[in-house]
Amino acid sequence: MIAVLLILIPLLTGLAGFAINRERGSRNWAVLSSVITLAVMIYGVTMAQGKQLGVDTTWLPQLGSRFALNLDGMSKMLCLLTAVAFPLIFIATYKNTYTNPGKFYALMLLSQAGLMGVFMAVDCLVFYFFWELALIPVYFLCSIWGGEKRIAATFKFFIYTFAGSLLMLVGILYLYNLTPDHSFALSSFYKLKLSASQQNFGFWMFFIAFAIKMPIFPFHTWQPDTYEQSPTAVTMVLSGIMVKMGVFGVLRWLLPIFPDAVSKFSNVIIIFSIIGILYASLIAIKQDDLKRLIAYSSIAHLGLMSAAIFSQQRIGIEGVMVQMFNHGIVVIGLWIVADAIERQTGTRKFSQLGGLAQKAPGLAILLVLMAFANIALPLTNSFVGEFLMFNGLFRYNPWMAFTAGTSVILAAVYTLGMIQKVFYGSVNTATENSIEANSNIRWVLIILAIGIIILGVYPQPVINLTKDTVDHLITQIQL
Amino acid sequence: MNLIYLVPLFPLLGFLINGLFRKSLSKSLIGIIGSGAILASFIVSIILFNDVRTNGSMIVSYFNLLDIEAFKIPFAFQIDQLSVIFLLIITGIGFLIHVYSTAYMNDETNEHFGRYFSYLNLFVFSMLLLVMGANYVIMFIGWEGVGLCSYLLIGFWFKNNTYNYAAKKAFVMNRIGDLGFLLAVFWILAKLGTVNYGEVFASTVKFSASDITGITLLLFVGACGKSAQIPLYTWLPDAMAGPTPVSALIHAATMVTAGIYMIARSNVLYTMAPFTQTVVAIIGLATALFAATIALKQNDIKKVLAYSTVSQLGYMFLGLGAGAYTGAVFHVMTHAFFKALLFLGAGSVIHAMHHEQDIRNMGGLKKHLPITHISFLLACLAISGVPPFSGFFSKDEILAAAYLKNPIFYYLGAIGALMTAFYMFRLYALTFLGKFRGTEEQHHHLHESPSAMTIPLIVLAILSVVGGFIGIPEIFAPDAHMLEKFLHPIFAQSDSIKELHHLDRSTEWMMMGGVSVLIIVVIIIAWRKYSRTEQFVASHGIARTLENKWYVDELYDNVIVRPVTGLGSVLKNVVEKAGIDGAVNGVGRFVHYSSRQLRLLQSGQVGNYILFMVLSIVVLFLVFWNQPQIAHFLEKIF
Amino acid sequence: MPIQYYIGLAATLFCIGITGVLIRRNAIIIFMCIELMLNAVNLLLVAFSKMHYATAFIRNANTTAGSDAQLFVFFIMVVAAAEVSVGLAIIVMMYRNTHSVDVNYLNRLKN
Repeated sequence: MIAVLLILIPLLTGLAGFAINRERGSRNWAVLSSVITLAVMIYGVTMAQGKQLGVDTTWLPQLGSRFALNLDGMSKMLCLLTAVAFPLIFIATYKNTYTNPGKFYALMLLSQAGLMGVFMAVDCLVFYFFWELALIPVYFLCSIWGGEKRIAATFKFFIYTFAGSLLMLVGILYLYNLTPDHSFALSSFYKLKLSASQQNFGFWMFFIAFAIKMPIFPFHTWQPDTYEQSPTAVTMVLSGIMVKMGVFGVLRWLLPIFPDAVSKFSNVIIIFSIIGILYASLIAIKQDDLKRLIAYSSIAHLGLMSAAIFSQQRIGIEGVMVQMFNHGIVVIGLWIVADAIERQTGTRKFSQLGGLAQKAPGLAILLVLMAFANIALPLTNSFVGEFLMFNGLFRYNPWMAFTAGTSVILAAVYTLGMIQKVFYGSVNTATENSIEANSNIRWVLIILAIGIIILGVYPQPVINLTKDTVDHLITQIQL
Repeated sequence: MNLIYLVPLFPLLGFLINGLFRKSLSKSLIGIIGSGAILASFIVSIILFNDVRTNGSMIVSYFNLLDIEAFKIPFAFQIDQLSVIFLLIITGIGFLIHVYSTAYMNDETNEHFGRYFSYLNLFVFSMLLLVMGANYVIMFIGWEGVGLCSYLLIGFWFKNNTYNYAAKKAFVMNRIGDLGFLLAVFWILAKLGTVNYGEVFASTVKFSASDITGITLLLFVGACGKSAQIPLYTWLPDAMAGPTPVSALIHAATMVTAGIYMIARSNVLYTMAPFTQTVVAIIGLATALFAATIALKQNDIKKVLAYSTVSQLGYMFLGLGAGAYTGAVFHVMTHAFFKALLFLGAGSVIHAMHHEQDIRNMGGLKKHLPITHISFLLACLAISGVPPFSGFFSKDEILAAAYLKNPIFYYLGAIGALMTAFYMFRLYALTFLGKFRGTEEQHHHLHESPSAMTIPLIVLAILSVVGGFIGIPEIFAPDAHMLEKFLHPIFAQSDSIKELHHLDRSTEWMMMGGVSVLIIVVIIIAWRKYSRTEQFVASHGIARTLENKWYVDELYDNVIVRPVTGLGSVLKNVVEKAGIDGAVNGVGRFVHYSSRQLRLLQSGQVGNYILFMVLSIVVLFLVFWNQPQIAHFLEKIF
Repeated sequence: MPIQYYIGLAATLFCIGITGVLIRRNAIIIFMCIELMLNAVNLLLVAFSKMHYATAFIRNANTTAGSDAQLFVFFIMVVAAAEVSVGLAIIVMMYRNTHSVDVNYLNRLKN
């Protein structure tokens, strides 16, 4: 029941939102909707038990697909992230104006519905359906409300993700035909006994789709462009939540269905992930654009998650769980700051910024906190995740952990460089008229900051929440 | 017993209060909160010290930082002989420096004053976590925490970009070390599944020899970063960009000793890894000598002190490498006294000289700053190792251990000690003796610092003089080495592993006496030479190389920094744009291009379409002409 | 007469029609050529119809085999008539507007 509500609330309010034309009305509608979703979600995480959560009804009986949703630990965690992130995003960008605000917010809510569906689906067709439902609004959001080069960026995004989606569809249909009872249900996919060659084929079909979404080197180039050109609210959704779709997909669909292929290709994929980590970090050092820097740093972090997953160690996967949530929080915080800076000064170029700490000390402190969470300083939430992930990787192969570990140093270089270029130094023409960010932004950032510290000191809630999923996963891949 | 959590709690509260309400609190209140928090911690530390002396060590666990199946990392504090000594040093000296700062930083605006004290408290908090943690993860939390605070404090005056670069450099270099530390922790975890000190040291049998060597080497990399050893030492001299009390607290008395603490804490592992010990000793000795040579020719008062810190830290590592853990901890303590004193004295000078730091523009400050002068002189005597000042005892202990390890270590170490005496008295003489060489205006404003600054100087001066007496060597009075007796439980396991050697008495007397005499000679030479210097000529040759710090910064810049950023540029501009993006866009462009060409077929001329149709039919006919069905059909017709 | 002759004639007529459509620009001629092609097909249909009828008649005197082809022919003729009327109307309109019946002018309709 909870699962249905989580999809229906954003879906219906989103559809209704198309009809609202007034700026204030549409904003408040979106905030209201997302807050209700959050309330339902919190109820779902804390109170609801067993049957109250999921749903399983006939959908397309001819095809053997059922409308089946379920909330296990990982789903709860990611849905909670989605539910928490949307109101914060809406509030933080409350003062931003859009042409056709009603449609903007409506599409955002639709995308939220899609995300919720992706994270809860236990039927592959339903999963694919929501996967696309989450993505399609983003194309429109990015191509209509984006920056100057939005068409090119959206085009690239579209090509990449659709190529991935189609491969995944091939994979899904391939598996569907292999099931004895022709069913799309996750459980019947899990029961499949696949031969080595079948595993290999299916593995790559699914993996490329997820790799593009995460993104893993060398499928990442859509990301900086799209992040740069999208309206910031959309970028937050993309990098805070949507990239987790890829990670989620790997954990929910790839690892349990193709365990042999996973162990077979894990070396290759980890190596590519590590190349991606270092590659993205090195590029981030030379970036002159705040948004692109955050994008590349995000690529590096996702690369680490991918490496940790494929190391197939319990600790590493637990770390990925923690990090999925924490990365979402931190990166949304960073985007909020980036957006605030761009709105204040009209530029994102480091070469034109400087000295903002004198003009906006509050914002500076919050950015510094976000930035240190980004480089996984202990007692911030990312540390826990990275610690566990590196630990898993170390158990898989110490040298790989060492190589990936150098990114810790590079991350410090580019993140501190960013702080320095944006906030320190003396004021210049671009920054001399800037003032403290508005109270919405500051409150959202403070909430995020508190979350960062609390989860950094006491990460156990997230670990406990996802424990059942990890247990199950570990038995499936037989470690 | 249950007071333990209070020790870090007070500074944390101080940090929060000063950080959050820095705009609304008055300066004096901020100062009281900041210093009071540390004082409170100090008092609790004394209570704990007494507790440990009577009851021995204790471990208190609060909650599990991480708890995944068998993988548990408790948030626990361990208070034993070693950590309690560090607690006293950190909070005691920290308190004095806080008090000193209230006067030194008084020119700052309210907001920055509050920010300063909140950072300082946060630093103390992190350092306390570092030494109180009962496992390597808690230590690592503090370890990174002090790195963060050091970053924040070095870049305290953030308007100046060189300071920011120095701050960044410090953090990044520390991070290199941190990576080593982290990998060592992973290694321990992978082998033992626990990082609690007690369990790790009890189950060392599970390690193979290569495991131990690897772990200890990686930990040592961490120590190199934090304690500024070759090759990661260059951040420390640059860290002098921060306010002077910060240099005293972080870059002399506490943070940089974290590496020593960590190795002393892991002494069991190090004792079991003789190869690592040799590496530690060699790196320590090399750093001690290398930094001492640079210090000989520096002209910035703080830079001289910074290099002397690096050099002294090198001695501590030499001690650790030689197995003289007590000696190293002893030197940490005495060094904390006299180095804090030196920095605070330098701060007092800088304060009096209106932020002039070049000793070539000083001289003759003796009569203007009497208290500073006396305390500075005492500190110089202590650091030079003149008996019976504190530095003498601790340095002697380290050198004696070095002699046992390898006599060459001893001779080189002794040369380093002579250089120390020389550059310290060069600094002293140029600053306080001779004639004043600054501007008229500076001369006019020369004044002794306020009592908030001089009282800490006096306290530290007393400690620098008498601090050595807790570690009187066997040779003077049997059983008088109180520190060694106190710390014995910590190092007992190591002592049982290695065989103990003892110097025979005559050698020890000779070494001690010889070095002391030489040091005094060097001091007299430096004193006479530099108290009369009036003119400074540009140096050349080797002196110029020393003045430029052996060009190590330039070397790193060219060998590491530029290639890395260059690689970044290449990846960004060539691989990313032309390579991957080129490939992706190439696919798009190819589709685009080919569809534009194909579009021409769709001309709109019906004739063309029919022509294509006819041609296609003809082609089809030709292709399938020989197909059996068609052939059969045609046969039937014709 | 053997069926081959019919096929040959129909094929020839059809080819003439195609050639005409392809190479002539006069709309009326093209139109006539289309008619020619249609009628070539009609001819074939009728010829095959008769052939099938003849073979079936030997086995069964009451057979109606081949009559469907003749039905088709009528259909084609009716449709062709309708087509001619519409097509000629278009050509007339075109001539009125452009004073020409050159089909190459027709591609300008898009403007």
